[in-house]
Amino acid sequence: MKRREFLKKAAIGVAGITLPLAALEIVNPRKMFAGKDDGAKVRWVFLVDTYKCVGCGLCVKACKNENEIPYDANVTRTWVERYVFTKDGKFHADTPKGARDGFITSKIDLGQGKYEDIKSEDIQKAFFVPKLCNQCENPPCVQVCPVGATYQTPDGVVLVDRSWCIGCGYCIMGCPYGVRFFHPKYHTAEKCNFCYHRITKGLKTACVQACPFGARQIGNMKDPKDPVTKIIMTERVGILKEEYGTKPQVFYIGLDREVK
Amino acid sequence: MKNHVFRPLMVVLGLIGLVLIFRLFYVPKDFSSHENGYMYGWYRTGNIEEWKAFKVKYQGAEYCKDCHADKLESISQSPHMIIQCENCHGPAFEHPSDPEKLPIDRSRGQCLRCHAKLAYPSSGRASIRGIDPEQHNAGTECVSCHNPHKPSLEGLK
Repeated sequence: MKRREFLKKAAIGVAGITLPLAALEIVNPRKMFAGKDDGAKVRWVFLVDTYKCVGCGLCVKACKNENEIPYDANVTRTWVERYVFTKDGKFHADTPKGARDGFITSKIDLGQGKYEDIKSEDIQKAFFVPKLCNQCENPPCVQVCPVGATYQTPDGVVLVDRSWCIGCGYCIMGCPYGVRFFHPKYHTAEKCNFCYHRITKGLKTACVQACPFGARQIGNMKDPKDPVTKIIMTERVGILKEEYGTKPQVFYIGLDREVK
Repeated sequence: MKNHVFRPLMVVLGLIGLVLIFRLFYVPKDFSSHENGYMYGWYRTGNIEEWKAFKVKYQGAEYCKDCHADKLESISQSPHMIIQCENCHGPAFEHPSDPEKLPIDRSRGQCLRCHAKLAYPSSGRASIRGIDPEQHNAGTECVSCHNPHKPSLEGLK
Protein backbone atom coordinates (compact mmCIF):
# COMPACT_ATOMS: atom_id res chain seq x y z
CA MET A 1 0.00 0.00 0.00
CA LYS A 2 1.27 3.37 -0.93
CA ARG A 3 1.49 6.12 1.67
CA ARG A 4 -1.01 8.32 -0.20
CA GLU A 5 -3.50 5.49 -0.43
CA PHE A 6 -3.10 4.63 3.23
CA LEU A 7 -3.80 8.20 4.33
CA LYS A 8 -6.89 8.38 2.12
CA LYS A 9 -8.35 5.15 3.46
CA ALA A 10 -7.54 6.10 7.03
CA ALA A 11 -9.35 9.43 6.59
CA ILE A 12 -12.44 7.71 5.21
CA GLY A 13 -12.34 5.15 7.99
CA VAL A 14 -12.09 7.79 10.71
CA ALA A 15 -14.94 9.80 9.16
CA GLY A 16 -17.09 6.69 9.04
CA ILE A 17 -16.42 5.85 12.69
CA THR A 18 -17.10 9.42 13.87
CA LEU A 19 -20.54 9.50 12.30
CA PRO A 20 -22.73 7.93 14.96
CA LEU A 21 -25.37 5.51 13.82
CA ALA A 22 -28.05 7.50 15.64
CA ALA A 23 -27.44 10.45 13.36
CA LEU A 24 -28.65 8.38 10.43
CA GLU A 25 -32.01 7.76 12.09
CA ILE A 26 -34.22 10.34 10.46
CA VAL A 27 -37.39 8.36 10.94
CA ASN A 28 -38.20 5.21 12.78
CA PRO A 29 -40.32 3.19 10.34
CA ARG A 30 -42.12 1.36 13.12
CA LYS A 31 -43.20 4.63 14.73
CA MET A 32 -43.83 6.20 11.38
CA PHE A 33 -46.47 3.69 10.41
CA ALA A 34 -47.95 3.39 13.87
CA GLY A 35 -51.71 3.60 13.61
CA LYS A 36 -53.81 5.98 15.61
CA ASP A 37 -54.22 4.96 19.22
CA ASP A 38 -57.92 4.34 19.65
CA GLY A 39 -57.54 3.82 23.37
CA ALA A 40 -57.67 7.59 23.92
CA LYS A 41 -60.08 8.62 26.68
CA VAL A 42 -60.70 12.15 25.43
CA ARG A 43 -61.64 13.56 22.03
CA TRP A 44 -62.62 17.21 22.24
CA VAL A 45 -65.52 18.29 20.05
CA PHE A 46 -67.50 21.50 19.74
CA LEU A 47 -71.19 22.14 19.20
CA VAL A 48 -72.64 25.40 17.85
CA ASP A 49 -76.37 26.12 17.94
CA THR A 50 -76.92 28.82 15.33
CA TYR A 51 -80.55 29.31 16.42
CA LYS A 52 -79.33 30.54 19.81
CA CYS A 53 -76.61 32.87 18.54
CA VAL A 54 -77.64 36.54 18.60
CA GLY A 55 -74.40 37.95 17.20
CA CYS A 56 -73.32 39.79 20.36
CA GLY A 57 -69.67 38.89 19.76
CA LEU A 58 -68.90 38.49 23.46
CA CYS A 59 -67.24 35.18 22.53
CA VAL A 60 -64.82 36.98 20.20
CA LYS A 61 -64.02 39.60 22.84
CA ALA A 62 -63.36 36.94 25.47
CA CYS A 63 -61.28 34.82 23.08
CA LYS A 64 -59.02 37.71 22.12
CA ASN A 65 -58.41 38.65 25.75
CA GLU A 66 -57.94 35.08 26.95
CA ASN A 67 -55.56 34.05 24.19
CA GLU A 68 -53.57 37.29 23.98
CA ILE A 69 -54.50 38.13 20.40
CA PRO A 70 -53.81 41.87 19.93
CA TYR A 71 -57.25 43.42 20.41
CA ASP A 72 -57.16 45.97 17.60
CA ALA A 73 -55.41 43.80 15.01
CA ASN A 74 -57.87 42.51 12.44
CA VAL A 75 -57.17 38.86 13.24
CA THR A 76 -59.07 36.55 15.56
CA ARG A 77 -59.16 32.88 16.52
CA THR A 78 -62.95 32.79 16.47
CA TRP A 79 -65.44 35.02 14.72
CA VAL A 80 -69.16 35.33 14.02
CA GLU A 81 -70.61 35.60 10.52
CA ARG A 82 -73.94 37.21 9.67
CA TYR A 83 -76.05 35.84 6.82
CA VAL A 84 -78.97 37.84 5.48
CA PHE A 85 -81.17 36.39 2.72
CA THR A 86 -83.40 38.87 0.97
CA LYS A 87 -86.66 38.25 -0.86
CA ASP A 88 -85.03 38.95 -4.24
CA GLY A 89 -83.11 35.66 -3.85
CA LYS A 90 -79.77 37.25 -2.95
CA PHE A 91 -77.75 36.59 0.14
CA HIS A 92 -75.43 38.91 2.03
CA ALA A 93 -72.76 37.94 4.53
CA ASP A 94 -70.32 39.91 6.65
CA THR A 95 -68.23 39.75 9.79
CA PRO A 96 -66.97 43.25 10.65
CA LYS A 97 -63.78 42.90 12.76
CA GLY A 98 -64.75 39.26 13.21
CA ALA A 99 -67.78 40.56 15.17
CA ARG A 100 -65.49 41.57 18.03
CA ASP A 101 -67.94 44.39 18.80
CA GLY A 102 -71.01 42.41 17.79
CA PHE A 103 -73.54 43.42 15.16
CA ILE A 104 -75.08 46.74 16.13
CA THR A 105 -76.45 47.85 12.77
CA SER A 106 -78.54 46.34 10.00
CA LYS A 107 -76.02 47.65 7.45
CA ILE A 108 -73.95 44.90 5.81
CA ASP A 109 -70.21 45.60 5.79
CA LEU A 110 -69.02 45.26 2.19
CA GLY A 111 -65.42 46.11 3.09
CA GLN A 112 -63.33 49.16 2.15
CA GLY A 113 -65.65 51.41 4.12
CA LYS A 114 -68.74 50.55 2.07
CA TYR A 115 -72.01 49.43 3.60
CA GLU A 116 -75.27 48.16 2.23
CA ASP A 117 -78.41 48.87 4.19
CA ILE A 118 -81.02 46.15 4.07
CA LYS A 119 -84.57 47.02 5.09
CA SER A 120 -86.12 44.60 7.54
CA GLU A 121 -89.18 44.09 5.31
CA ASP A 122 -86.90 42.76 2.53
CA ILE A 123 -85.37 40.07 4.74
CA GLN A 124 -86.50 36.51 4.19
CA LYS A 125 -84.23 34.89 6.73
CA ALA A 126 -81.18 36.03 8.66
CA PHE A 127 -78.98 34.45 11.28
CA PHE A 128 -75.50 34.35 12.82
CA VAL A 129 -72.91 31.58 12.56
CA PRO A 130 -69.94 31.44 14.96
CA LYS A 131 -66.79 30.00 13.41
CA LEU A 132 -63.66 28.55 14.99
CA CYS A 133 -61.04 25.89 14.31
CA ASN A 134 -62.69 22.58 13.44
CA GLN A 135 -59.88 20.52 15.05
CA CYS A 136 -60.21 18.13 12.09
CA GLU A 137 -59.62 14.43 12.46
CA ASN A 138 -57.60 14.66 9.21
CA PRO A 139 -56.10 18.16 9.54
CA PRO A 140 -54.66 19.34 6.20
CA CYS A 141 -52.79 22.15 8.00
CA VAL A 142 -50.77 19.54 9.91
CA GLN A 143 -50.00 17.48 6.80
CA VAL A 144 -48.45 20.43 5.00
CA CYS A 145 -46.23 21.64 7.85
CA PRO A 146 -42.66 20.98 6.68
CA VAL A 147 -41.08 21.17 10.15
CA GLY A 148 -43.52 19.45 12.51
CA ALA A 149 -44.47 22.71 14.23
CA THR A 150 -48.19 22.00 14.12
CA TYR A 151 -49.62 18.69 15.24
CA GLN A 152 -52.59 16.85 16.61
CA THR A 153 -52.53 16.05 20.31
CA PRO A 154 -53.73 12.60 21.47
CA ASP A 155 -57.03 14.25 22.54
CA GLY A 156 -57.66 15.62 19.07
CA VAL A 157 -56.71 19.29 19.34
CA VAL A 158 -54.37 20.79 16.73
CA LEU A 159 -51.68 22.93 18.38
CA VAL A 160 -48.94 25.18 17.01
CA ASP A 161 -45.42 25.02 18.46
CA ARG A 162 -44.42 28.69 18.37
CA SER A 163 -40.75 27.98 19.01
CA TRP A 164 -40.59 25.54 16.10
CA CYS A 165 -42.77 27.34 13.50
CA ILE A 166 -40.70 28.89 10.70
CA GLY A 167 -43.58 31.07 9.45
CA CYS A 168 -43.77 29.60 5.95
CA GLY A 169 -47.56 29.95 5.88
CA TYR A 170 -48.31 26.61 4.19
CA CYS A 171 -50.80 25.76 6.93
CA ILE A 172 -52.58 29.10 6.51
CA MET A 173 -53.03 28.29 2.81
CA GLY A 174 -53.87 24.64 3.54
CA CYS A 175 -56.77 25.22 5.91
CA PRO A 176 -60.02 25.08 3.94
CA TYR A 177 -61.84 26.95 6.73
CA GLY A 178 -59.49 29.93 6.87
CA VAL A 179 -59.05 29.73 10.63
CA ARG A 180 -55.29 30.27 10.62
CA PHE A 181 -53.40 33.55 10.53
CA PHE A 182 -50.04 34.97 11.55
CA HIS A 183 -49.83 36.16 15.14
CA PRO A 184 -48.99 39.88 14.86
CA LYS A 185 -46.55 39.67 17.76
CA TYR A 186 -44.89 36.26 17.45
CA HIS A 187 -45.01 36.07 13.61
CA THR A 188 -45.88 32.39 13.81
CA ALA A 189 -48.99 30.54 12.66
CA GLU A 190 -51.87 31.05 15.07
CA LYS A 191 -55.23 29.35 15.45
CA CYS A 192 -57.99 28.40 17.88
CA ASN A 193 -56.89 25.52 20.10
CA PHE A 194 -60.16 25.09 22.05
CA CYS A 195 -58.42 27.05 24.86
CA TYR A 196 -56.23 24.02 25.49
CA HIS A 197 -54.93 25.54 28.74
CA ARG A 198 -58.51 25.75 30.03
CA ILE A 199 -60.09 22.49 28.86
CA THR A 200 -57.19 20.46 30.23
CA LYS A 201 -57.87 22.04 33.65
CA GLY A 202 -61.57 21.16 33.54
CA LEU A 203 -62.68 24.67 32.58
CA LYS A 204 -64.84 25.62 29.61
CA THR A 205 -63.25 27.51 26.74
CA ALA A 206 -63.35 31.30 27.09
CA CYS A 207 -65.93 31.62 24.29
CA VAL A 208 -68.21 28.94 25.75
CA GLN A 209 -68.07 30.61 29.15
CA ALA A 210 -68.68 34.08 27.71
CA CYS A 211 -71.69 33.10 25.58
CA PRO A 212 -74.83 34.18 27.48
CA PHE A 213 -77.15 32.14 25.26
CA GLY A 214 -75.57 28.68 25.28
CA ALA A 215 -74.92 28.83 21.54
CA ARG A 216 -71.47 27.32 22.04
CA GLN A 217 -70.66 24.10 23.86
CA ILE A 218 -67.59 21.94 24.22
CA GLY A 219 -67.60 18.24 24.99
CA ASN A 220 -65.72 14.97 25.02
CA MET A 221 -66.80 12.67 22.19
CA LYS A 222 -65.31 9.61 23.98
CA ASP A 223 -67.67 10.09 26.93
CA PRO A 224 -71.12 8.72 26.02
CA LYS A 225 -72.67 10.54 28.99
CA ASP A 226 -71.43 13.93 27.86
CA PRO A 227 -74.46 16.13 26.96
CA VAL A 228 -72.68 17.41 23.84
CA THR A 229 -71.91 13.86 22.70
CA LYS A 230 -75.55 12.93 23.24
CA ILE A 231 -76.76 15.80 21.06
CA ILE A 232 -74.26 15.00 18.29
CA MET A 233 -75.20 11.32 18.35
CA THR A 234 -78.98 11.72 18.53
CA GLU A 235 -79.87 15.02 16.89
CA ARG A 236 -79.46 16.46 13.40
CA VAL A 237 -76.15 18.24 13.20
CA GLY A 238 -74.10 19.44 10.25
CA ILE A 239 -70.42 20.04 9.58
CA LEU A 240 -68.64 22.48 7.30
CA LYS A 241 -67.15 21.47 3.92
CA GLU A 242 -67.68 17.76 4.37
CA GLU A 243 -66.50 17.15 0.79
CA TYR A 244 -62.90 18.01 1.74
CA GLY A 245 -62.64 14.84 3.83
CA THR A 246 -61.08 16.67 6.74
CA LYS A 247 -63.60 15.24 9.24
CA PRO A 248 -64.20 18.50 11.13
CA GLN A 249 -65.10 18.13 14.81
CA VAL A 250 -67.15 21.30 15.20
CA PHE A 251 -70.81 20.40 14.75
CA TYR A 252 -73.56 22.86 13.89
CA ILE A 253 -77.27 22.90 14.61
CA GLY A 254 -79.25 24.86 12.04
CA LEU A 255 -76.72 25.04 9.20
CA ASP A 256 -77.84 26.54 5.91
CA ARG A 257 -76.53 25.62 2.45
CA GLU A 258 -74.90 29.01 1.96
CA VAL A 259 -72.81 28.59 5.13
CA LYS A 260 -69.46 27.12 4.20
CA MET B 1 -12.63 5.12 -9.78
CA LYS B 2 -11.27 8.30 -11.30
CA ASN B 3 -10.27 11.06 -8.96
CA HIS B 4 -12.46 13.75 -10.51
CA VAL B 5 -15.53 11.66 -9.72
CA PHE B 6 -14.39 10.36 -6.37
CA ARG B 7 -13.37 13.65 -4.79
CA PRO B 8 -16.65 15.57 -5.17
CA LEU B 9 -18.51 12.44 -4.09
CA MET B 10 -16.55 12.37 -0.85
CA VAL B 11 -17.30 16.06 -0.30
CA VAL B 12 -21.02 15.45 -0.76
CA LEU B 13 -20.98 12.45 1.58
CA GLY B 14 -19.05 14.48 4.13
CA LEU B 15 -21.60 17.29 3.96
CA ILE B 16 -24.46 14.84 4.44
CA GLY B 17 -22.65 13.48 7.47
CA LEU B 18 -22.19 16.97 8.92
CA VAL B 19 -25.87 17.80 8.44
CA LEU B 20 -26.87 14.59 10.19
CA ILE B 21 -24.55 15.26 13.12
CA PHE B 22 -25.81 18.85 13.39
CA ARG B 23 -29.38 17.58 13.32
CA LEU B 24 -28.64 15.11 16.11
CA PHE B 25 -27.72 17.96 18.46
CA TYR B 26 -30.17 20.59 17.20
CA VAL B 27 -33.45 18.66 17.22
CA PRO B 28 -34.87 18.38 20.77
CA LYS B 29 -34.83 14.90 22.31
CA ASP B 30 -38.63 14.84 22.73
CA PHE B 31 -39.21 15.54 19.05
CA SER B 32 -40.52 12.40 17.40
CA SER B 33 -43.55 10.62 16.04
CA HIS B 34 -46.33 10.11 18.60
CA GLU B 35 -49.77 8.51 19.06
CA ASN B 36 -51.33 9.97 15.93
CA GLY B 37 -48.64 8.61 13.62
CA TYR B 38 -46.10 10.32 11.44
CA MET B 39 -48.59 12.38 9.44
CA TYR B 40 -50.39 14.11 12.31
CA GLY B 41 -48.35 13.31 15.41
CA TRP B 42 -44.83 14.48 14.48
CA TYR B 43 -43.96 17.03 17.14
CA ARG B 44 -42.10 18.12 20.27
CA THR B 45 -43.87 16.69 23.34
CA GLY B 46 -42.78 19.58 25.54
CA ASN B 47 -44.97 21.97 23.56
CA ILE B 48 -48.15 20.35 24.92
CA GLU B 49 -47.02 21.22 28.45
CA GLU B 50 -46.14 24.75 27.33
CA TRP B 51 -49.69 25.26 26.05
CA LYS B 52 -51.19 23.75 29.22
CA ALA B 53 -49.20 26.27 31.25
CA PHE B 54 -50.73 29.21 29.35
CA LYS B 55 -52.34 31.68 31.74
CA VAL B 56 -56.07 31.51 32.44
CA LYS B 57 -57.63 34.99 32.48
CA TYR B 58 -61.38 34.49 32.68
CA GLN B 59 -62.23 32.90 36.03
CA GLY B 60 -66.02 32.62 35.76
CA ALA B 61 -68.89 33.80 37.97
CA GLU B 62 -68.14 31.17 40.64
CA TYR B 63 -64.84 32.93 41.29
CA CYS B 64 -66.60 36.30 41.73
CA LYS B 65 -69.22 34.77 44.04
CA ASP B 66 -66.81 34.33 46.94
CA CYS B 67 -66.62 38.09 47.60
CA HIS B 68 -69.44 39.61 45.53
CA ALA B 69 -72.27 37.26 46.47
CA ASP B 70 -74.65 40.23 46.92
CA LYS B 71 -74.06 41.44 43.35
CA LEU B 72 -74.56 37.96 41.99
CA GLU B 73 -77.75 37.62 44.02
CA SER B 74 -79.19 40.90 42.70
CA ILE B 75 -78.42 40.16 39.07
CA SER B 76 -79.83 36.65 39.34
CA GLN B 77 -83.29 38.28 39.70
CA SER B 78 -82.99 39.73 36.19
CA PRO B 79 -82.77 38.45 32.61
CA HIS B 80 -79.13 39.61 32.68
CA MET B 81 -78.24 36.68 34.94
CA ILE B 82 -77.16 34.75 31.84
CA ILE B 83 -74.35 37.24 31.23
CA GLN B 84 -71.02 36.40 32.83
CA CYS B 85 -69.66 39.09 35.21
CA GLU B 86 -66.40 39.22 33.28
CA ASN B 87 -68.16 40.09 30.00
CA CYS B 88 -68.54 43.65 31.30
CA HIS B 89 -66.11 43.79 34.23
CA GLY B 90 -63.23 42.32 32.24
CA PRO B 91 -61.17 39.19 32.86
CA ALA B 92 -60.45 38.70 36.58
CA PHE B 93 -56.88 37.33 36.28
CA GLU B 94 -55.78 37.15 39.97
CA HIS B 95 -58.15 39.85 41.19
CA PRO B 96 -58.23 41.17 43.95
CA SER B 97 -54.43 40.90 44.23
CA ASP B 98 -53.58 41.46 40.56
CA PRO B 99 -55.20 43.61 39.27
CA GLU B 100 -56.66 45.33 42.33
CA LYS B 101 -59.39 47.00 40.31
CA LEU B 102 -61.11 45.71 37.17
CA PRO B 103 -61.94 48.14 34.36
CA ILE B 104 -65.72 48.09 33.76
CA ASP B 105 -67.01 48.34 30.20
CA ARG B 106 -69.90 50.80 30.57
CA SER B 107 -69.90 51.73 26.88
CA ARG B 108 -73.02 52.10 24.78
CA GLY B 109 -71.50 49.60 22.34
CA GLN B 110 -71.44 46.92 25.01
CA CYS B 111 -75.25 47.17 25.46
CA LEU B 112 -75.89 47.45 21.72
CA ARG B 113 -74.25 44.06 21.13
CA CYS B 114 -77.62 42.57 22.05
CA HIS B 115 -80.02 45.51 22.29
CA ALA B 116 -79.57 47.10 18.85
CA LYS B 117 -82.80 45.86 17.30
CA LEU B 118 -82.25 43.45 14.42
CA ALA B 119 -85.45 41.75 13.32
CA TYR B 120 -83.78 38.60 12.05
CA PRO B 121 -86.12 35.67 11.57
CA SER B 122 -84.68 32.29 12.63
CA SER B 123 -82.20 33.95 14.98
CA GLY B 124 -82.49 34.43 18.74
CA ARG B 125 -81.71 38.10 18.20
CA ALA B 126 -85.26 38.87 17.08
CA SER B 127 -86.70 38.00 20.49
CA ILE B 128 -84.44 40.37 22.47
CA ARG B 129 -85.95 43.73 23.39
CA GLY B 130 -84.02 46.26 21.35
CA ILE B 131 -83.81 49.85 20.24
CA ASP B 132 -82.75 51.67 17.11
CA PRO B 133 -79.38 53.15 18.19
CA GLU B 134 -79.83 56.13 15.87
CA GLN B 135 -83.23 57.08 17.30
CA HIS B 136 -82.94 56.15 20.99
CA ASN B 137 -80.94 58.88 22.81
CA ALA B 138 -78.05 58.68 20.36
CA GLY B 139 -74.70 59.51 21.90
CA THR B 140 -75.80 58.98 25.51
CA GLU B 141 -74.36 56.19 27.61
CA CYS B 142 -77.09 53.64 28.36
CA VAL B 143 -75.96 53.35 31.99
CA SER B 144 -76.86 56.97 32.67
CA CYS B 145 -80.53 55.83 32.75
CA HIS B 146 -80.49 52.02 32.86
CA ASN B 147 -78.97 49.84 35.56
CA PRO B 148 -77.36 46.79 33.94
CA HIS B 149 -77.78 44.78 37.16
CA LYS B 150 -81.49 45.66 37.29
CA PRO B 151 -82.40 46.15 33.64
CA SER B 152 -86.22 46.12 33.99
CA LEU B 153 -87.78 49.49 33.31
CA GLU B 154 -88.69 49.86 37.01
CA GLY B 155 -84.95 49.96 37.62
CA LEU B 156 -84.57 53.19 35.65
CA LYS B 157 -82.40 55.70 37.43
